[in-house]
Amino acid sequence: MRRIIGFLAILAVLGAAAFWWVTRPVTADAAVLAGIEPDLARGEQVFHAGGCAGCHAAKGAEGEDRMILSGGRAFPSDFGTFHAPNISPHPEAGIGGWSALDLYNAMHHGVSPDGAHYYPAFPYGSYVRAAPEDIVSLYAFLLTLPQSGTENMPHDVGFPFNIRRALGGWKFLYLADGWQVGGDLTEAQTRGRYLAEALGHCGECHTPRGPLGGLQAGKWLAGAPNPSGEGTIPNITPAKLDWSESDLAAYFSSGFTPEFDTAGGHMVEVIESLSRLSDADRAALAAYLKAVPPVE
Amino acid sequence: MHLTRSTILGLAAATLAAGTVFAASHANVDGAIKARQGHMDLYAFNLGLLGNMAKGEVEYDAAAAQSAADSLAALAVLDQSRYWPMGSSTADSDKTRALPDIWKDGSDIGDKAKALVDATTAMSANASSLDGVRAGMNALGGACGACHKAYRQPE
Repeated sequence: MRRIIGFLAILAVLGAAAFWWVTRPVTADAAVLAGIEPDLARGEQVFHAGGCAGCHAAKGAEGEDRMILSGGRAFPSDFGTFHAPNISPHPEAGIGGWSALDLYNAMHHGVSPDGAHYYPAFPYGSYVRAAPEDIVSLYAFLLTLPQSGTENMPHDVGFPFNIRRALGGWKFLYLADGWQVGGDLTEAQTRGRYLAEALGHCGECHTPRGPLGGLQAGKWLAGAPNPSGEGTIPNITPAKLDWSESDLAAYFSSGFTPEFDTAGGHMVEVIESLSRLSDADRAALAAYLKAVPPVE
Repeated sequence: MHLTRSTILGLAAATLAAGTVFAASHANVDGAIKARQGHMDLYAFNLGLLGNMAKGEVEYDAAAAQSAADSLAALAVLDQSRYWPMGSSTADSDKTRALPDIWKDGSDIGDKAKALVDATTAMSANASSLDGVRAGMNALGGACGACHKAYRQPE
């Protein structure tokens, strides 16, 4: 009997140690960014390709106000309501005190400068594929934007999802930096893949999620319920999306569908960002979407 | 011409902002919803020619482009006040996606309408070149999308 209890005790300690190991916040050290020089023009393009303003600008912000990243917008989900934080360069309220490495660790590892896990409402599951050069340039660009002193709002997330440490387990299960679409791609499709899968984080809304909030395997861009509760987010694989590449590129530029209606819902925000990319990048995104495996 | 447009627009905006006061029977509401949706179709029909030229799917023709652009500009300044009676929002009818916020205090629907007039005026002035049409489509998309984002229920 004593041996069994002892065995169980050892097992419990090992289990706790394994949990502790699996869920610990992992970060990179400065070597990953060594020797990379920021390029502001590139950073601005990364900013728009990443759609930062779509979540971090104040709700309803238009025009130049979209460059004030005061945060505060609410994002309802099955796990609770998340509030986008202030990422303006304000030294206390925003990210003015961050280093480029802090931004890299947030985007690649979903870990804050003080070592806490971020919820994957912040799409590091996509940004993990972002090039270090792009992150360094984005960081430099973010610091040029207007400051906002707006305080961050706490997330409204209930038990057990409010245990941040457990997010390490989520990352263990779902955080991977491989590409979703493989095979032989043209140069344009490869660029489009980077824009869609890394910066543009299209899959965060257009791919359905499992019970724990991980993207479902084999359903890449196959459409999903809208977490806001309003309608569904469409399947944009070639099985359902029959727009031509020029239709897609025009949609990304003007927001007009082939029927000359306009984008709806959160896609309006996405178009506001995509419309600031180059024609070549919009064409690349369109070419990539045509190369995505069809899912009915 | 600009003065006339501004005047018409000002009237239209003021009527909307004040809350349109026609006693709206169901028949009136249904008719108004149909009329404004028809108006949207006319925008789409004219945008279609310009947009397909911008995409390279229809060969650019300066005269046809100018005609479509002028039609858009004319549509944008028509008096629409009777299209939008009180009691014709999503709260009242399942035939519309027009949100009640259009009629609320502080609604900037007049500014949104003005932005559309400006974008159609610019398209009309620049339709004489394909590059002008392309730039015009982006501006028009911005104007249409901004109003839909604020005041149209997502599908």
